[in-house]
Amino acid sequence: MSKTINIKQGLNINLQGEAEKIIADVEAGQYAIKPIDFHGVFPKLLVHEGDKVKAGTQIFYDKYRDNIKFSSPVSGTVKEIRRGAKRVLLEVSIEADAEQSFIDFGIADPNSLKREAIIEKMLESGVWPVIRQRPYTVIANPKDEPKAIFISGFDTAPLGVDFDLIVHGQGDAFQAGVDALKKLTPGIVHLNLPAGDANSKVFTNSKNVQINFFKGPHPSGNIGTQINKLDPINKDEVVWHLKPQEVLTIGRLFLEGRFNAERIIALTGSEVIKPKYFKTKIGASIAEIVKENIIEENVRYISGNALTGRKIDKVGFVGFFDNQITVIPEGDYHELFGWALPGFGKFSFSKSFPTFLNGKNKKYRLDTNLHGGERAFVMTGEMEKVFPFDIYPMQLIKSIMIEDIDAMEQLGIYEVDEEDFALIEYIDTSKIDIQAIVRKGIDVMRKEMS
Amino acid sequence: MKALRNIIDSIKPQFEKGGKFSYLKSSFEAFETFLYVPNHTTKTGSHIRDHIDMKRTMAFVVMAAIPALLFGMWNIGYQHFLSMGETVSLWENFLFGFIKVFPIIVVSYVVGLGIEFIFAQLRGHEVNEGFLVSGILIPMIVPPDTPLWMVAIATAFAVVIGKEVFGGTGMNILNPALTARAFLFFAYPSDMSGDKVWIAEKADAYSGATPLGNLLTNQPFESLPSASDMFWGFIPGSIGETSTFLILVGAVILILTGIGSWRIMLSVFVGGFGLATFFNFIGPYVAPDNAYMALPAYYHLIMGGFAFGAVFMATDPVSASQTNKGKWIYGILIGVMAVLIRVLNPAYPEGMMLAILLMNVFAPLIDHYIVEGNIKKRMKRAKLAIT
Repeated sequence: MSKTINIKQGLNINLQGEAEKIIADVEAGQYAIKPIDFHGVFPKLLVHEGDKVKAGTQIFYDKYRDNIKFSSPVSGTVKEIRRGAKRVLLEVSIEADAEQSFIDFGIADPNSLKREAIIEKMLESGVWPVIRQRPYTVIANPKDEPKAIFISGFDTAPLGVDFDLIVHGQGDAFQAGVDALKKLTPGIVHLNLPAGDANSKVFTNSKNVQINFFKGPHPSGNIGTQINKLDPINKDEVVWHLKPQEVLTIGRLFLEGRFNAERIIALTGSEVIKPKYFKTKIGASIAEIVKENIIEENVRYISGNALTGRKIDKVGFVGFFDNQITVIPEGDYHELFGWALPGFGKFSFSKSFPTFLNGKNKKYRLDTNLHGGERAFVMTGEMEKVFPFDIYPMQLIKSIMIEDIDAMEQLGIYEVDEEDFALIEYIDTSKIDIQAIVRKGIDVMRKEMS
Repeated sequence: MKALRNIIDSIKPQFEKGGKFSYLKSSFEAFETFLYVPNHTTKTGSHIRDHIDMKRTMAFVVMAAIPALLFGMWNIGYQHFLSMGETVSLWENFLFGFIKVFPIIVVSYVVGLGIEFIFAQLRGHEVNEGFLVSGILIPMIVPPDTPLWMVAIATAFAVVIGKEVFGGTGMNILNPALTARAFLFFAYPSDMSGDKVWIAEKADAYSGATPLGNLLTNQPFESLPSASDMFWGFIPGSIGETSTFLILVGAVILILTGIGSWRIMLSVFVGGFGLATFFNFIGPYVAPDNAYMALPAYYHLIMGGFAFGAVFMATDPVSASQTNKGKWIYGILIGVMAVLIRVLNPAYPEGMMLAILLMNVFAPLIDHYIVEGNIKKRMKRAKLAIT
């Protein structure tokens, strides 16, 4: 029973620097696990600097849900345990061995395992955190029974990666992953693909899933949009969601019996000389990836896409859930009469710049300048144009700002995540940090409900 | 241009915290950001942001109003010399009007921005751009002979009572420009209505009534200017509201750029036209001697402040309805109320101002019920899921 869903509201932001469809091998040398990638996790460390670890050795666990453990993606030596203000654990970095060794968790066929055994295996190996849940976008609770599981098989974000390329030839691992997921829910495992494209056989041939097609601009590839259109979350309901590479990680656990943290990461952005894909592992250091491949110095390195990613250092590490690195110019300059000049070459969702005459396929080099000062909410009706949910975005944002728990719940906070508001934040005339507000609302709500 | 930047950078520390003039920080920032888009970069959330900002948005509204304003200046001269029985060149007409209007614009901006700067300073905020629009709209909706001191008082009233007491731009309930107009209307009625005020330095013998004034006193339909004169704007009236055509040009600019809401504009016209048509039908039966009832419906849309109100006043996003569905209801009710007041209320010849202010007050209520509908839908869905 596959459906095609047409998304009308939204915006594709075409940036320069799309990754060429070549996959290069890279030895990153250093890898790191960053607790900041996992909302609501309070890490309790299990290793010390200098300890020898294998791929699959537990590094830390969550203080409040101690069955959720995080493992090393590689074998090697714990190089540095970096802490920030108030001794908050920022990252645990590991220097990889030349020869990789893995902890053996045992090969198994998920179809013949019980639900508990699958969960147990995933928890012990540190693979479990790849599954996240809504509401709150935190790591799934193994005690929950989600009403459905969603996999978004495409990425519509700026310079989004091509999952068809990434999963190419990995049909067995993908199927094994899906089979395991199928055991975790009494409901449907949804696999969402772009309508009209020649999708990879890995996706279209997979069993135990319901394939749905989505048409339309970003955020049609966002999991939040897809859940809202297919099976919206009501109060007290839980759904789980993943991206294709995370399904592969689960699949490999069962096929190979080990935590194989392989990831294919796209290096994208206008400041990259040769944007392309790299085969590496979860939490790879970007130092080797970006080496001698960046045009100039004053740039921002982002783990993730330009709308929702996290700023990292040029010797930083790729985030746990990220499939791409984006490098765009910093915007720390003053522009004389920038608001008044016609602005040829300035991309805008509004038609107040002549660039809309260029059509929808022109690619732009956008920087990190705010392009204005922060103001109170003035404009109305803009947000709805890029927000395909059946939710009133401005009213929800305002209810979060005043921390009105009842209103937040009534207006649909359970259905959203900050990434769903990224486009709203992008087009906002008042330059308000809307994603931060939404995250605050979600955190308040989670605390309230626990 | 580098030199200008260097000067600004060198004096900037004096306005920062701890500097000699730190109490003037907001004012300094206002001027600096007027010259330069700031070098602020994104810290959290989306790393890239749209190029549009509040300054550009407001600048587009001002640009959209300029054609009607320029025509208004010319029309003041034209009406003046017409009342004298003289014909002069286009430039003489314009110059006469320019000399009348320019001081009003200056007073409106100086008083309004002055107050905005003071409040921004006191609150430690940046100066908001909202008044850039109010400052041009206020002169456009007053009669050409309005004394400057009245403009000053009305502007001060609008900014302080209409806006700042609620918390400034974005927080106000009523449209600030219309608040100024309403203040004048009720405080100085003799200078704001009747048939003396609409033509600058009118010759005494000449009738200077607006079409709306004619209708209120039940003068025959034939005494009205032609529909084409009213559409193009060759009639007496407030400074910027006579030319429906140029107001529509402004509307096109606002709609194309996506800055003004087409839903509100369209629905105001629909509401006004609808009720007026209804009056046309029932007029002969219920009130045969009310000339206003028999007025062809489209006349309502080109007379008085109807078009100007629909395009520039009702669309103020802060005081209008904020939901898309709400905008339809809000707009239609404005059109309906405006025609209702014109036709049925014997005291006021024009109803647009009061209609918009009234609906400004009701806009939050409309939104409340629209949002409530969405909430109900969500609750119903949750209940279905349980059963």
